[in-house]
Amino acid sequence: MLAKRIIPCLDIKDGTTVKGINFVNLRDAGDPVELGIKYSKEGADELVFLDITASHEERKTFTELVERIALNISIPFTVGGGINELKDVDRLLSAGADKVSVNSTALRNPMIIDEISKNFGSQVCVCAIDARFDGKEWMCYTSGGRNLTDKELFSWAKEVENRGAGEILFTSMNHDGVKQGYANEALCRLSESLNIPIIASGGAGNLQHFSDVFKEGKADAALAASVFHFGEIAIKDLKYYLRNEGINVR
Amino acid sequence: MGIVIIKYNAGNIFSVDSAMKRLGVDAIVSDDKELIRKADKVIFPGVGEASTTMKYLRENGLDTLIKDLKQPVLGICLGMQLMCKHSEEGNADCLGIFDVNVKRFIPQKHEDKIPHMGWNTITDVKNPLFDTTLENQYVYFVHSYYVPINSNTAATTDYILPFSAALHTQNFYATQFHPEKSGSVGEHILTNFLKL
Repeated sequence: MLAKRIIPCLDIKDGTTVKGINFVNLRDAGDPVELGIKYSKEGADELVFLDITASHEERKTFTELVERIALNISIPFTVGGGINELKDVDRLLSAGADKVSVNSTALRNPMIIDEISKNFGSQVCVCAIDARFDGKEWMCYTSGGRNLTDKELFSWAKEVENRGAGEILFTSMNHDGVKQGYANEALCRLSESLNIPIIASGGAGNLQHFSDVFKEGKADAALAASVFHFGEIAIKDLKYYLRNEGINVR
Repeated sequence: MGIVIIKYNAGNIFSVDSAMKRLGVDAIVSDDKELIRKADKVIFPGVGEASTTMKYLRENGLDTLIKDLKQPVLGICLGMQLMCKHSEEGNADCLGIFDVNVKRFIPQKHEDKIPHMGWNTITDVKNPLFDTTLENQYVYFVHSYYVPINSNTAATTDYILPFSAALHTQNFYATQFHPEKSGSVGEHILTNFLKL
């Protein structure tokens, strides 16, 4: 049976620094490759590396990092951040990435999704969506949640699927960082209205939140950052817990 | 001549090469026919679309070359599908090493998402690429087309329906999943291939 996936997310700055792990007393904790290997050994099913740098020079460093990740990690990994055109996708895939994640660029230029899936296959194209519930509806944001767009989550998600995206990575801005659980209601609606896998992001605080996101949110994969980086939840323990909850994990 | 990874317009050559490096093997990535013919073992990787890839192989004379290889050959993902007779993807005539046609998954219920993406188990595994320790182990899949169960099936996976996770005939081996992305289980399978 197809397993539900657990995906740690690493924010990368300047090619080496991993945001949010400064509190962990690990040697070389700042090296994303080492952290990736550690997660991979502990049973992570995939990894996501987000490039949160901006300059052209830093982008080059990130590409070199992607090569180092590909050489050292034997599970699939997605890279995102700063993908503006097809050339960027080609650069990252050539460096060994398995998938790329597009977010703001897709909202500004939806055709990029068609182009990525046509040129590299839809399995390569993860469309990340940051959305906030404003009391009435879920609205999508660009630029790491800074700019409100006129796109509504469910119609945008459908459009993204129709354009050929292989997966959707949905982050609820209401739930992100609050550690009170994932946005299960919205996730469930996404999962039931789409035919591509949904990766849930934002809100993981304890073991039960993961169980809930699979049972109630009907997500195919759950992504989290801080609970793993701060050592609050070990992936091994999480898998053990989920198995006991009757959820099929690797 | 060591291990040669066939270079063509496919997506995961770098990943397969990296996996070899992790196993301490310096593989040669090449489309040089002489080099491929002389290799001890050949890996035929693949992420891409069947009809365009077959067209490329034909135009470069790699189609007949691959069919005629006598050393152990490992096809991966699209590589495996191209080793079959025909693929529904782009209505492509393929290499015909395995006498079976590649079909597109047809969802039976809403939960049947396509592509089949993620970790799934392999069962009914058969020697020599697979040993009994690999029964029921998880490996990583990404595909929208599948090879039905047939007399060459060397491992089975169930998604929507039971299909061939691996094939074997004579010197030709193939996996639908990605051993290069399947963690320690994948490394075990690649090591078995290197030992053939």
